[in-house]
Order: sequence, then structure tokens, then C-alpha cells
Amino acid sequence: MRDVVIAGIGQTPVAEHWEISLRELAFQAMEAALDDAAGLRPSALYVGNMLSASLSHQAHLGTLLADFAGFTSIEAAAIEAAGASGAMALRIGAMAVASGQVDAVMVLGVEKLSDQVTGEVEAALAMGTDTDYEAEQGMTGTAQAAMLAQRYLHEFEVPEHALGGFPLTAHANGANNPNAMFQRAVKPEAYAKAGMVSAPLNMFDIAPNADGAAAVLLTRPDLLPPKFAHPLVEITGSSAVTDTLALHDRPDPLAFNAARLSIERACADAGIMPGDADFFELFDAFSIYTALSMEAAGFAERGKGWELAQNGFIQLDGEMPIATLGGLKARGFPGGAAGVYQTVEAALQLRGQAGKGQIAGAKTALVQSLGGPASTAVTHVLTRLDEKS
Amino acid sequence: MDIPRHWRLKKQRYALMGEVCGHCDAKLFPPRDICPECGEEAKTLFQFSGRGEVYSHTTVYDPPQGYESQAPYTLAMVKLEEGPLVTAQLTDLGEQEAEIGMPVEMVTRLLRSATDERGLLVYGYKFRPAVAG
Amino acid sequence: MTESNQIHDHEHETARLLKPQNPVGIVGYGAYVPRYRLPAKEVSRVWTNGTGGLPILEKSVPGSDEDVATMSIEAARNALGRAQIAPTEIRAVWVGSESHPYAVKPTSTIVAEAIGAVPSTQAADWEFACKAGTEAMVAAMGVVGSGMMGYAMAIGMDTAQGRPGDALEYTAGAGGAAFIIGPADKALAEIESTYSFVTDTPDFWRRAYQKYPEHGHRFTGEPAYFKHITSAGEAMFEATGTKAEDYKFAVFHQPNTKFPQRAGAMLGFTPEQIETGLLVPRIGNTYSGAAIIGLTAILDIAEPGDRIMLVSFGSGAGSDAMVLRVTDNIKGKPQLATKTEDYIARRTEIDYAEYVRMRGKLTMK
Repeated sequence: MRDVVIAGIGQTPVAEHWEISLRELAFQAMEAALDDAAGLRPSALYVGNMLSASLSHQAHLGTLLADFAGFTSIEAAAIEAAGASGAMALRIGAMAVASGQVDAVMVLGVEKLSDQVTGEVEAALAMGTDTDYEAEQGMTGTAQAAMLAQRYLHEFEVPEHALGGFPLTAHANGANNPNAMFQRAVKPEAYAKAGMVSAPLNMFDIAPNADGAAAVLLTRPDLLPPKFAHPLVEITGSSAVTDTLALHDRPDPLAFNAARLSIERACADAGIMPGDADFFELFDAFSIYTALSMEAAGFAERGKGWELAQNGFIQLDGEMPIATLGGLKARGFPGGAAGVYQTVEAALQLRGQAGKGQIAGAKTALVQSLGGPASTAVTHVLTRLDEKS
Repeated sequence: MDIPRHWRLKKQRYALMGEVCGHCDAKLFPPRDICPECGEEAKTLFQFSGRGEVYSHTTVYDPPQGYESQAPYTLAMVKLEEGPLVTAQLTDLGEQEAEIGMPVEMVTRLLRSATDERGLLVYGYKFRPAVAG
Repeated sequence: MTESNQIHDHEHETARLLKPQNPVGIVGYGAYVPRYRLPAKEVSRVWTNGTGGLPILEKSVPGSDEDVATMSIEAARNALGRAQIAPTEIRAVWVGSESHPYAVKPTSTIVAEAIGAVPSTQAADWEFACKAGTEAMVAAMGVVGSGMMGYAMAIGMDTAQGRPGDALEYTAGAGGAAFIIGPADKALAEIESTYSFVTDTPDFWRRAYQKYPEHGHRFTGEPAYFKHITSAGEAMFEATGTKAEDYKFAVFHQPNTKFPQRAGAMLGFTPEQIETGLLVPRIGNTYSGAAIIGLTAILDIAEPGDRIMLVSFGSGAGSDAMVLRVTDNIKGKPQLATKTEDYIARRTEIDYAEYVRMRGKLTMK
């Protein structure tokens, strides 16, 4: 990726925003990003969203949100790739800027999951699976992850509660994030006692559904004044990869191949190795996803990802910190907005603005979002601009 | 009610009718137009035996809309003896626990119980522990 | 003698056998019994403080994802497995039941589609209370015996209804059987002849839009069940010149344990002759499936040359009697699909609360 920087970031707290509508939530995040970008105005808006058509009965989101934000006459469209919608919108936005077609792009992720009750949300989320051959059987995203976990525990003889280290780390880190849904650490005993949701996954293995909006304003560095209000973060690598939509269509469901390929391609684009990154914002919608994503990124061998939850590797002071501001697990899972939240959080780290969760001297971040069980994988490499050689 | 969508899938749903690739003989379920094994066109119908074993499973306690009356229900990925993995509910478990490796056989059952008394009844494949005999 | 007297006298006429032009028989058969069992003492525990006699030991209960279509599909697949013919050779799929899933829309097309008999096939649903299955078998004998069709499939299957607390709730079970009728030279049992005995006798009915049937209590016995079963059986003896001892097995419609035992005794059969086909104590009354699933249990153990008498009964009312002779083709056939006793042995006991949930008797609105 060439010459695309994040000039502004914004986010709303992740929560059940009963009193705030989808358009208001979206505007809060965009307004914050505009403020952060010191008045830069976008000429295009790309919206990452997964379910507004089914849960809020609202399609045509790009135009609605451009209209509501007062971005009269700009280009706007929504982009959908299930849980990777926000990350895919970021990639499309970055490509638009890099191509020279557009000078400044507002990339917005927004999701309003609280507009419907639980069963309707589960059914809507299940639309991201193969409707005819998965959802029709009563399959949900959670059940898919649970079957992966069941097989993983069986095949690699993983000790009981071994995956628990991932959510415990996320919750510990979420305590440092004022926008996180859960800002309290969780004790291992609480994990061990938690109620089963879809065996073997318990409540703590599953990121909570919630509402949220996050935005980043992208532009080319040469369009910005030389002395800017804050450090700039450059998008140095980007890749999106698909796998089979249905989990059952893969020769080896425990291999997140799209996640692996997108890491390899994004890192090649940026000219780094995955291990060169200072931290990894991965897609911990389920604790098993964390294990499989760490394996796919090459941080553990096949079947050994769970060990990283035990040995400190992933903690803030470890070799490869993950979910540094709580991840999906503690910050919350706002559907198609998740990828933009991950990007905003990575930018905070790279700008040195992550507060108590700051990773000292962080210069390079790996950010990965998944749609379904890595049916889509989108990876970005973010680099602090003044550190770029 | 999605009448056309259910109707056009009846062969697959009722009887596990898949495809066999005319080029590399791979057995495909669900049917798809391009063979994932060799990349050639696959169009010949193939009747699966319905026998297989559980590759993985889970029990769903928080069902999506439309499945409330069935919860808790057990979902599985079943490795068919002809090769493919298929996602389906396990039924007739009785007091048996689902287990990885458990031999199962296909049965045609109601996929959606009629919570809406006026609606279409949707039938399709599920799997149950193989019956002795 | 007036004309009306002549019509009234039909019950005393000599039986007129129904025999097809060409000999026919059962080429394949298959049973189905769901996995779950509700002990009669559970019904008694809830409704009579556990007092009173029990008409059976326990009844079969379908899972919440089962109905007459799914159960018929399984029995039909078993029948195909034993017949070892291509499903497209079946030119009629007929399903007899009093619990068809739809009020309007054939069960038979679902079954025909699932077994691969479509599209060049006859399909229809039959209803005659508990004898809809044998009715379909008699029709199949006709179309095959006339040479119109090579093979026809007849199914009797029910998920029987009984109002909570009613006497029928103890016995109303689920199950049935499928038969492929074909030419006698390919049959594992030839159906030598059949005879039907029918009158208008209102012993049991279910009006339109009603969930549960009504019945005449003790009126269902003498003037209904016993009158029709024994009349059909005796007429069959007379017309074929046979006696009870000429048969290895006999099987009757079985609404409870005592009725078929008594009907058998009235016709001169010994307990040993009816034991194999008397499944009602362990699976309940499977209505359209009741007599014919008993026949499948008999065929599972029958030897070449064995003669079998079957008499069904359907309320409203009528009986179909059939005389069968097992052929050499029976050898090796039972093993080709799940045997009836194996289904019965596949058993998970449930309590009344689970039964209420599985049968959809919990009100959700």
C-alpha cells in the first residue's frame, strides 16, 4: 500500500445503546474522527456494516449516513463481509486513496445489534453462514466456533480450560479501555464456573454482541500540513482473502487458511515479517478463533496455539500482545464495526495514546478481522509514520 | 415462507443428493458447479449413502429465531463415508452423548417444527446414531 | 323379500374374495417405530393417581422432528432396501394415515420425492381410520394384479392422537409399515386373496379442525371391532376352505392387548399364532400401522411355506382380511433393512412432561 495515512480516528463506547439510533451512533464516531483530523473533509464515505438491513430494516446505508453527517454530494456506499465488513471498508477506502481517485475517505464501521431481541440477532448473524446448508440446520456463528473448539480439544488433547487464558487476557486489557463494554478483569475461577452456551464454549469464550460505531479518516500525507495535531499512522500493508463460506467445505476446518494467507500477503505488502509487529489486534470473537488465528499467523504450530494462552506470550509485556485494549471479548463485538474499532485501537497504540494499556514504543501493528470462521480474512499492517524508513 | 428456496433444494434436503465430478470422481455435497478438487465442471447427480461419522458436534442452548422449540439441539459436522463433511443436526440421541467418531446415518426429518401453524413444513436431512440391524 | 332387505342381508352373504387377475405379493417390506416410549403407568400416574388397569405396557412416541411423512420415508426406504428394485420402478406411492401432516397437500408426494420414485408415479393419501394402510395394500394388489403397474407401494403410518387423560392416551402410539406390492414370482410372500367387510358403524371419529378424536367407549368393542374382525376372518375361512390351524401366524388390528387376543381366540387361533405379530403391549396402537407392522415382525422370522392371516380394522367401520403365503424369496430379505424388533429394542423411556413437550401439547400462545 502506498501513501495512505490515518489522519483522524473516532469511536463511541461499545454498549447496548438503547436510546441512540444507528444514524446518531454513526455520526458520533464520524464527528470524533473529523475533530481528530483537524477539519479535513472526506470526499467519500465507505461504511462497514453487516446487518442493518435485517435488524434495523435500513439498507442504502452509505447515502443515509452521508446525508445525516452533512457530507452533501459526496460518494458513499456500504460494504458487507460479515464480521470483516469494517476491515473490508478500510481496505476499499485505502485503495481509493492510494489510487488517487479520492483525496480523503471516511471509513466508518457501525452496527446496531440491540434493535432486535436475542433470537432475531442470532438468526441475523447466522445469515453470514451458508443459509441453505448451514443456517437452515439451526447453525449459528457460535455453534460453528463451538464445533471447531470441540474438534480442536479432541485432536490436540488440550487440557480443560486451556483456552480460557485468551479471554482472561482480553478482560485484563479491557480494564484500560474507557470505551470497552467490560472494563474489569476476570478471575480464572470465574471462567471455570461460567455457564455453558454452546458446549464446549462457555459465556467467557464468546465476545458479547453490542452496538458501536468507529471511524477513521484516510488521506495522503502530502495533503496534510507538515505540523499535524498528532502522529500519523500509515497503512503499509493490506490484504483480503476468502476461503469457503461453509466450514464443512474445507478439507481441514481447523486450518484458518484465509487468515494465514492474508497475514502473509499483508506483511509482504508492508515488507515485514509477522514477528516484526509490536502487537497483533486479532479477531477474538471466540476463544478458539484466537488460538487458530495465532497458529495461522505463524506464532504457534498447528495444535499449539492454546499454549500461548498459558505462557505470557500474548500479554501486554509479552512477545506478541493481543487484544491490547480488550479485543472483541472485553471491548465488545459490534458486528461489522469491529474491524474499524481494531484499527482505531491500533492507531491509539501507535500514536502513544493508549493510556494504561500503552505498549511502550509500539511502531508496527498487525490488525486482522474475520468474517465467519475465517471465511473472509482481512489483514492490515499499520506503521507509525515517523518511524518509517 | 421462502417456498421456492426450499422447493428447489428438495433432492438435496430429502435424500442427500449430491454430485460426482465426471473428471476426477470426487463426490460433492452440497452440489456445486465447479469441482473444488480439480476445478472442472461437475454436474452428474450422485446419491450419497447417508452413512458417516461425527467429525465434531455442539449443543445449542441459545437458538436463532425459528428454532426455539427445538432447543437444546445438537449440531454436528458429519464426515460422510464418500468423503464430504456436512453440517446437520443429530437427532434421536435419547440418552446417548454425541461423540466425535460416533457412527451415524441420515434420516429425513422436519427441519423446522411448525411454530407457525399456517406455514410450510420444511423437511431435510439429519443424522442419528446408527441403528443395529 | 324387498330390495332394502336384500341390501341389509349382505352381512350374511358368503364372502366374495378379492383376487387379482395375475398373482401378486409383497416384494419388499419395511417397518418404522420411533425411539421414545411412554409407559402407560406414567399416564395413569398423572390422570388416575396410578390406579386402574393398564391396557398396554408402553407406547412409542415420535420425536418432535417426526411426523407421518418422515416416518413413512424411513419405512419406505427399508422396503426398498429389501425389494432391491430401482425406486423409479414404483408406479404408485400411497400413504394411509389419520395423522397426515397437512390437511390439504399429499404426504405421498413427499415420500415419493424422498425415495426417488418421482415423477412417473401415482401418489395419493388414504384415510379410513385404522385401516387406511391395508386399504392402500388392496388397491396396490389391484393395480399390480391387473398389469397396470409393475410395483406399487402401500404405507400405513400414524402418529396417533389421544386427548390428554382420555383412555386413548394410554395407547395412541406411533409407527407403521411400508410394502412394495409386485408380481408373485418376485414376492417374498404371496397375497393369495383378500376380503373386505364394511358397514357404517360410528365407533370412533375425528371431526374437521379437531385435534383429538371422539369414541364410543364400550361401543367400540362388540358392534365395531369384534363384529368386523371376526366377520371378515370367518368369511375368509369359509371362502378359502381353511381353518385357524392352517396358519402359522395371525395378526389383527391391535388397539390394546386384550382385543386382538380375544378376537384371535374367537377365530380359533392359539396365543402362539398371534404372539409374534402382537406388538401393541410394547409400542402401543399405531392405528393405520397397527396390523401391518405386526405383519413385518412376522415376515422378519417367517419361513418359506408359512401361511399368515391378517385382519385389519378401521373405525367407521371395516376390516380387510388377507391370506399370505411366504415364499422361498424370503431368505436373506429380513437382514437387508432394520428389523421391527430392532426398532422396538431401540428404546428411550420418557416421562409425561417430556411426552407433553415432544407431542406439542404445551401451549405456547
